[in-house]
Amino acid sequence: MNDTLKHTKNYGHDDVLIQVSKWRNEGKEVAIATVINTWGSSPRPVGSQLGVDEDGNMIGSVSGGCIEGAVVHNAKEVMNDNKPRVLSFGVSDEMAWEVGLACGGKVEVYLERVE
Amino acid sequence: MNKKILNEILIAIENKKPIALVSELKTGNQCIVYEDRVSGLLSITDDIAELARASLSDDSSRRNGEVFIQVFNPPKRLIIVGAVHIAQPLVEIGKTAGFSVTIVDPRGAFATGSRFPNVDLNEDWPDEALISLGVDNRTAVVTLTHDPKLDDPALEVALRSNAFYIGSLGSKNTHLKRKERLKDSGFDEHQISRIHGPIGLDIGSKSPAEIAISIMAEITKALHAK
Repeated sequence: MNDTLKHTKNYGHDDVLIQVSKWRNEGKEVAIATVINTWGSSPRPVGSQLGVDEDGNMIGSVSGGCIEGAVVHNAKEVMNDNKPRVLSFGVSDEMAWEVGLACGGKVEVYLERVE
Repeated sequence: MNKKILNEILIAIENKKPIALVSELKTGNQCIVYEDRVSGLLSITDDIAELARASLSDDSSRRNGEVFIQVFNPPKRLIIVGAVHIAQPLVEIGKTAGFSVTIVDPRGAFATGSRFPNVDLNEDWPDEALISLGVDNRTAVVTLTHDPKLDDPALEVALRSNAFYIGSLGSKNTHLKRKERLKDSGFDEHQISRIHGPIGLDIGSKSPAEIAISIMAEITKALHAK
């Protein structure tokens, strides 16, 4: 799989699934987050993916770094209960410690465990 | 996502086959829609299968009510005619931008593995190379040789194809002469106007790497203007 990763390296979602498969083959718990809907100026288009392993290692992205922390936190829950879920993120209040998108957009993220 | 679905997606990526993954958001059940069949635990209506195939042809993933359709199309392609200095940074930038890159140059001294590691090299004459590679609407064609014997045959094949981008290196003067030659070969003004020349966005590029950046920027612009 290492060779495959090297030759197809294109920073698209293909890399994410190749790395996810590698982690899973190493026996790690893994979850995949996928952007399934966006409104306004969200930074990553529909179909963008983030892979997360049980140690919190990430590949890919679902935003410009704004919501990845929260997605990783939820990914751990999905790894435990194996229930897929849809997360919604809206505009952040910059004065509060709230997770959201500074750009003013909204995104929906589908989160699933890799069995 | 179960292991079988993940493996099927990875095999399709490896074989450069277009597929769409359909996920039922509530249950997590999934199936894969191929050009000619559907595989997986989730059973879907013909309408959803059709929508999945339509999503593949316009290359966009989408949510439809309680299902999400994710497209996995093979990488877009960048065919570079001329294994010249500018091609070296253009290969790297093209790959980083997600393109599958092929270099075409029948002059053996240029298209060598040591100058171009990890990229497909094709040493056929450019028109034959482009015909055998099959130029489609997910392909960008760039000619960099400055040599009409090599550039023109490639441009003629590109102009008869649906390539989403055609660009040709050379000064304004060189491009005027090129247009005249293509007119003599039977192409009209409108067809020839598809060629971006002088190539690249005008950002004052001087070095080969800077010119490669301006070419890739112009390709990106054409891609999203579709």
